[in-house]
Amino acid sequence: MNELITSTATQLAEKLSTKEVSSEEVTQAHLDRIAEVDEEVHAFLHVNTEEALAVAREVDSLRAAGGDDAAALHPLAGVPIAIKDLIVTVGQPTTAGSRILEGWKSPYDATVIRKIRAAKLPMLGKTNLDEFAMGSSTEHSAFGPTRNPWDLDRIPGGSGGGSAAAVAAFEAPLALGTDTGGSIRQPGAVTGTVGVKPTYGAVSRYGAIAMASSLDQIGPVSRSILDAALLQELIGGHDPFDSTSLTDSFDNLAEAARNGSVDGVRIGIVKELGGEGFQAGVEARFRDAVELLRGAGAEIVEVSCPNFKYALGAYYLIMPSEVSSNLAKFDGVRYGLRVLPKDGPLTIERVMGATRAAGFGDEAKRRIILGTYALSAGYYDAYYGSAQKVRTLIQRDFDAAFEKADILISPTAPTTAFPLGEKLDDPLAMYLNDVATIPANLAGVPGLSLPGGLADEDGLPVGVQLLAPAREDARLYKVGAVLESLLEAQWGGPLLAKAPVLGTEKTGGVK
Amino acid sequence: MADQILSFDEAMEQFDPVLGFEVHVELNTKTKMFSSAPNAFGDDPNTNVNEVDLGMPGVLPVVNKAAVESSIKIGLALNCEIAESCRFARKNYFYPDTPKNFQTSQYDEPIAHDGWIDIELEDGEVFRVEIERAHMEEDAGKLTHMGGATGRIQGADYSLVDYNRAGVPLVEIVTKPIVGAGRRAPELARAYVSAIREIVKNLGVSDARMERGNVRCDANVSLMPKGADKFGIRSETKNVNSLRSVEHAVRFEIQRHAAVLAAGEKVTQETRHWHEDTRTTTAGRPKSDADDYRYFPEPDLVPLVATREWVESLRAQLPEPPAERRKRLKTAWGYSDPEFRDVVNAGVMDAIEETIAAGATPAAARKWWMGEIVGRAKVADVDPADLGVSPEAIVELNGLVEGGKLNNKMAGQVLDGVIAGEGTPTQVMESRGLVLVSDDGPLLEAIDAALAAQPDVADKIRGGKVQAVGAIVGGVMKATRGQADAGRVRELILEKLGVNA
Amino acid sequence: MAEITRDDVAHLAQLARIEMSAEELDRMAGELAHIVDAVKSVSEVAGPDVPATSHPIALSNVFREDVVGHVLTPEEALSGAPDAEDSRFKVPAILDEE
Repeated sequence: MNELITSTATQLAEKLSTKEVSSEEVTQAHLDRIAEVDEEVHAFLHVNTEEALAVAREVDSLRAAGGDDAAALHPLAGVPIAIKDLIVTVGQPTTAGSRILEGWKSPYDATVIRKIRAAKLPMLGKTNLDEFAMGSSTEHSAFGPTRNPWDLDRIPGGSGGGSAAAVAAFEAPLALGTDTGGSIRQPGAVTGTVGVKPTYGAVSRYGAIAMASSLDQIGPVSRSILDAALLQELIGGHDPFDSTSLTDSFDNLAEAARNGSVDGVRIGIVKELGGEGFQAGVEARFRDAVELLRGAGAEIVEVSCPNFKYALGAYYLIMPSEVSSNLAKFDGVRYGLRVLPKDGPLTIERVMGATRAAGFGDEAKRRIILGTYALSAGYYDAYYGSAQKVRTLIQRDFDAAFEKADILISPTAPTTAFPLGEKLDDPLAMYLNDVATIPANLAGVPGLSLPGGLADEDGLPVGVQLLAPAREDARLYKVGAVLESLLEAQWGGPLLAKAPVLGTEKTGGVK
Repeated sequence: MADQILSFDEAMEQFDPVLGFEVHVELNTKTKMFSSAPNAFGDDPNTNVNEVDLGMPGVLPVVNKAAVESSIKIGLALNCEIAESCRFARKNYFYPDTPKNFQTSQYDEPIAHDGWIDIELEDGEVFRVEIERAHMEEDAGKLTHMGGATGRIQGADYSLVDYNRAGVPLVEIVTKPIVGAGRRAPELARAYVSAIREIVKNLGVSDARMERGNVRCDANVSLMPKGADKFGIRSETKNVNSLRSVEHAVRFEIQRHAAVLAAGEKVTQETRHWHEDTRTTTAGRPKSDADDYRYFPEPDLVPLVATREWVESLRAQLPEPPAERRKRLKTAWGYSDPEFRDVVNAGVMDAIEETIAAGATPAAARKWWMGEIVGRAKVADVDPADLGVSPEAIVELNGLVEGGKLNNKMAGQVLDGVIAGEGTPTQVMESRGLVLVSDDGPLLEAIDAALAAQPDVADKIRGGKVQAVGAIVGGVMKATRGQADAGRVRELILEKLGVNA
Repeated sequence: MAEITRDDVAHLAQLARIEMSAEELDRMAGELAHIVDAVKSVSEVAGPDVPATSHPIALSNVFREDVVGHVLTPEEALSGAPDAEDSRFKVPAILDEE
């Protein structure tokens, strides 16, 4: 396979800075790869060919000219990136995976997009997702599911299945995701990629179409820990347009990834995130990872977070409540789809009702109705109010756990990728995919998923999750880098080298 | 079908009214409550909006600090407690003028609560109105209903939405139930809204122009049988947007409720709409979401903590309260009660204060404003202060009259010239050639001519009917085209005829 | 099992402005009852002494100075509008009064 597409972002950045390759070559190689495999994978909803190449050429000419402008280029300048289609971009459509926004173009850029433009990363396009990021399989996209590059009949995780699959299928070296209950980490786990949910507030949410405002966070998707660290540094930082944005500095992440160490680090195994419901192959790879870390000098402890068992319940009350309010704005008045009622009087109330009926898919409707119920008169205290209290208890569990451990570890998802369609008609079974990732969103703490190997029973990727205290994102990268290098040493290279070939390569086509 | 009403007197014989008000005040900040788009009135549609005001996908609100400070000032001026900590909440309902289909407001934790203001009625009687809360929220866009006969919502073919007003900062001031106003309830309603308007204007936090919707009132009315202590069922009359309308709407609702109750029926708890043309209210269609706004804490905004230092620094910036100021000025100027009330009602108290500061006596300042300027403003249909007469011009004009350079009639002409923008009073006087004839020579000639023209009148005066002198004076004034000192003319006539005045 | 009737769902769908067929209402009532059963345990966990957490990271007093920033042009504002007239968003007749 073309080295330009299998390289990590860090490797590409190095080759670009030494002018070994041009950004145009790198970008074109990824566009070619998209053309080759995306019909099968369907990671992209929109491919941004012309703008991506224009940015690539601009970087190349700046570098060629040398001088201050070349020196001022961001280290990732010229490295292409894919954007989850929940994040608004001027010049490209933003659909949120929903019919209700089909064809809509934002007149403004998300803060993270401004940063990406300023750093001159060519944007390859917009990636597929469950509608409004609501799902764990990308099957709830209005534009058809994304397929897992490891097995095209299986789900790539969700909601950010498109970003994870794009990176796993070498269609992009980097991607942006959003994580409300695991939408970056769980797809990372089932596709053998790296995904990070930063501390709540570490990356601006301005321009990420809100699903659940108090849980959403934008984060990096990549094929290496260092790449993720570089991307989080690029997109992070305080933003005056987001009232929940932190003023803390998060500029030590790449440094942490480059100086990985677990010597004397206390790593806590969360007792409640394992056992029943967790696939044997997932638990086996998880135990292997723990042993590797122990061998590298980490102190392994067990911690208990007794309230985590209520996390899923609290999440499925808070999230839909916020969803029901956040998605109210899609009404056919100012933008997006407008559908007229089939019969009866033409009033705006009925137009809104018809528009939302036609524009939202089943899962979106389910969550809107559930949230409307949880917030309605007479139920608020029992449901939304109680869930907010459980949130406090989960934060307390984390506080207690981080007294005993510097960092926590668990499987990212209870299972490997399941077949497309398997859980589509069983919302509750689908929700269980997020059981290990949700506590971090409820508490606002950062979480990272990295590949932990392949499960023995199905040969599919398993994810290992690291969780750090709020604002201690650097710890994730410091420990994650160690585990990554130990595992890759065992495997003799990145896990994705073991992935099946896609596209024309399958039939011995061009290399 | 028109509602039955009882006469106000009959209503008052049987029932005691209970009032309650929700007054929305638009703040005059430079930008909106949650976005940096301009807060401006009267611009072209959808020009003062950015993605936040339009509720576009992905946007987030950020609180305007100046709006918070204005809200705290309003709370302090209403003698409220300022919450140490408060937060915003979402009020969820679908309406096309509400871009997010929720209004960002405050619910269980308002920024100010438990206050009061004393309302002084025209005869000096004082009612204390207790304030339940004052909370921050955002205004909605403006709907224009097209087609149909009336431009009203009923029967319109379609509506157009301009979101320039969406997101303008509002403070909603809610009273506790007001009991005991009796037959003065309508008057109190007007005086209350007037007082709120005056307070926010005096604070400088709102333009307070009711005709622009800067101050809008929802009036709650219920009746209970005389002597009862259990409140009746109330109606809420929405958007009563002038002081006169507030008074009339409360009066009408009292009469309407009384008729319903007197007939042994129950008042319906509902929203009513005020119609200025007929001075009546009609029932509104019950809003389908009205029972369930699904409030919850706004997750995109963080709590607001008003530290003691912050609140005290804002308190220190508060101007003198209007009621106290009025008391102080009335004493200082020595006006009688009716004189002062007329000044206040005419809206020229500030102007008189400035005129006195510029050097006029209180009596002269009142004479010019009340005697000359208010009348002209009424004709021009503007506020007296907006006529363009500066305090300095009045002082100068008054000096010209007192110095004998102009008589009152000429001074009026000079004032017209000043209003017309012709310059200072002296410049107007010169450019219009208005010179008081005080040289006796020409006057004596004119007097001789006037006496000769009316010999019978001259005889009457000689015969002791001094009051007849007016006819001769009039002739002289006519002959001199008004440019004579009428007092001097009178003296000279009497002198000439040898009559002692 | 939680009691959620078809009429309950119809009321919620009205509040949420989503038109639903009779069949959808029935299906949603069943699904909703299942989900509510699965999550209602949260109401039994925390007592009155536990404070609610609305924001994962506690912040306060985040403000913007009162300085005019950017606006959209009317063309940008209306660029995605399903219908417009005279630089304003056009909507069908409104049944409910404000």
